[in-house]
Amino acid sequence: MARERTTATPYLLAMPGWIWLAAFFVVPIIGMLWMSLMTGNIVTGFQPTFNFGVYPQVIATYWEQILRSLAYGLCATLLCIAIGYPLAFWIAFHGGRNKATYLLLLLLPFFVSQILRTISWKFLLADNGVILGTLKSAGLLPDGAHVLSTSTAVVFGLAYTFLPFMVLPIYAVLERVDHRIVEAAHDLYASRIQAFVRVVLPLSLPGLFAGVLLVFVPSSADYVNASVLGGTHNTMIGNIIQSQYLVNNAYPVASAITFVLMAILLVGIFSYAKALGTEQVMEVQAK
Amino acid sequence: MATTTTEETPVPQEPSTRGGGAAIALEGVAKAYRSGHGTIDAVRQVDLTIEQGEFFSLLGPSGCGKTTTMRMIAGFEEPTSGVVRLAGEDVTGVAPNRRDVNMVFQSYALFPHMSVADNVAFGLKRKKVAAVEITRRVTEILELVELGDRAKYKPAQLSGGQQQRVALARALVNRPSALLLDEPLAALDLKLRQAMQIELKRIQREVGITFVYVTHDQGEALTMSDRIAVMNKGVIEQLGTPAQIYETPATRFVAGFIGTSNLVTGVVARGVGGYSRLDYSDGQQVLVRTDAISGEHVLVTVRPEKIHLGKHQPGTDLSRLRGTVREVVYMGSTTHYAVDTAQGTGMTVFQQNVSDASNLAERGDTVWLSWRPEHSYALPS
Repeated sequence: MARERTTATPYLLAMPGWIWLAAFFVVPIIGMLWMSLMTGNIVTGFQPTFNFGVYPQVIATYWEQILRSLAYGLCATLLCIAIGYPLAFWIAFHGGRNKATYLLLLLLPFFVSQILRTISWKFLLADNGVILGTLKSAGLLPDGAHVLSTSTAVVFGLAYTFLPFMVLPIYAVLERVDHRIVEAAHDLYASRIQAFVRVVLPLSLPGLFAGVLLVFVPSSADYVNASVLGGTHNTMIGNIIQSQYLVNNAYPVASAITFVLMAILLVGIFSYAKALGTEQVMEVQAK
Repeated sequence: MATTTTEETPVPQEPSTRGGGAAIALEGVAKAYRSGHGTIDAVRQVDLTIEQGEFFSLLGPSGCGKTTTMRMIAGFEEPTSGVVRLAGEDVTGVAPNRRDVNMVFQSYALFPHMSVADNVAFGLKRKKVAAVEITRRVTEILELVELGDRAKYKPAQLSGGQQQRVALARALVNRPSALLLDEPLAALDLKLRQAMQIELKRIQREVGITFVYVTHDQGEALTMSDRIAVMNKGVIEQLGTPAQIYETPATRFVAGFIGTSNLVTGVVARGVGGYSRLDYSDGQQVLVRTDAISGEHVLVTVRPEKIHLGKHQPGTDLSRLRGTVREVVYMGSTTHYAVDTAQGTGMTVFQQNVSDASNLAERGDTVWLSWRPEHSYALPS
């Protein structure tokens, strides 16, 4: 009796989590899959007609936005690596006693809603706003220069939004790298750059892998940055899904796009994991 | 007994006769760390010459500056003042990767993502040694540390002792002018540690590289070293061969840190041909080789195994103290006696359990302790 209880305990403890996932993830996903195969409209109602044709139809219509989303996501991810890796490295190796403070500073923007933060970027980057206005009056930028409503603004906005998701996993891995290992590399004739490339970077790959997933997936699917900072030429697939759902009430189309995006991201993630070596992924999962 | 090792060749007493000159020289080296409001002097003043091919130990309690001294030789710390020389060349301010010394870390610091062979090859690859040569030398060194069959393993798949030998091989394969070992055996259990002590000494003899060995374990230092520098509070208290350090401790700290020492205080009564005599009541006396003048207070050391314990009063040519046996501890090959002497000093005496020495004294017995004058040394008190 006692033995049965001990073997069942972990499963019972995991139960709330499983129920949560089933109720709020698995059921809606199946519901959406079902919805994508329906036809009809909001007035007359939707009937299940197994309309698989909606899939080639949405790909043909929205391939441009899909590609743009992936490109923006990729650019934002690369930007996050470029900014976030040195930041994580510095906090982990040179943060000293103030590591916790630096991490808190990094997370501080999360205390303000994402939409508000993105809107404040709109003010900052406005054609005659604090940054561009000052540069223009100083003669450093031509009068016609603008940042808003460009792909640059959207990519920077995405990188800004998701930067902490890149820094934190890299930091977590670097923090555990024994400093003596880096010293050992120096001792064995490695320059600072060689020690980084041969020892620190390989050891931080699991964190980098996690960071890329955490930034690339949500930034590819993001719609806030594109709608606030982008213009009509910078529409991302997230904006399409949002408008098809909430404006056009075209539920089957919106569901189909969602699944296309999900499929592309899943295929992308698995080929990425394969390329990096499953060992690294397992290590990430083990954490 | 302290200098007895299991090797066949005797420990050389004068390493400088080997030729080759000084491998490492520290000239007036000091290191101060800034901390909070003031500074902490980790190393106050160290002057040191380590000969080519020598097994040299830096011995001392934690915080004595021995590790900082080694890290200054490696280049991980820069001295606040003074000069570090490797093979005569001033390397002060030179980065670790440009110094021809390699370090074996206490935690081994193996690269966890690399195989044993890649770990060992790391230094040679950085030095751009030809691939064929690297393979040959890695194989050779792994054979030397008896890990030839573990080349493909990752460090995490090895035992502590094996990881230790990988760390050693990784440093040795570069044939540095000196190998710096920072308490390399501290993480191993006693049996393995003793085996590795012999192993390290064998490897050092085979490769002939200068070893600088940092340890807080006096037994380890005595067993392996050609010479030892005993450090305390940032300075070298005594520098000498293991026998010199053990038999003739120069300071009270060394006497207390290395092995067990008995300390006897007294006033010099008069000198007797190079010896001074300290008189006590009832014919008790301590003879010591010192130039102290009559009336001077001195502190005299004597090792527990040099003392003879007996029932009868010894001759006047020996130091002799009377006392009562407080404790008898049978240790197998020896018996340890704790004796309270008449003038109040507690003495520890080790007696070999040889065939005719059965049960010399029991608890509560009155005994005479005696030792030859040349076995005690006067320390500045």
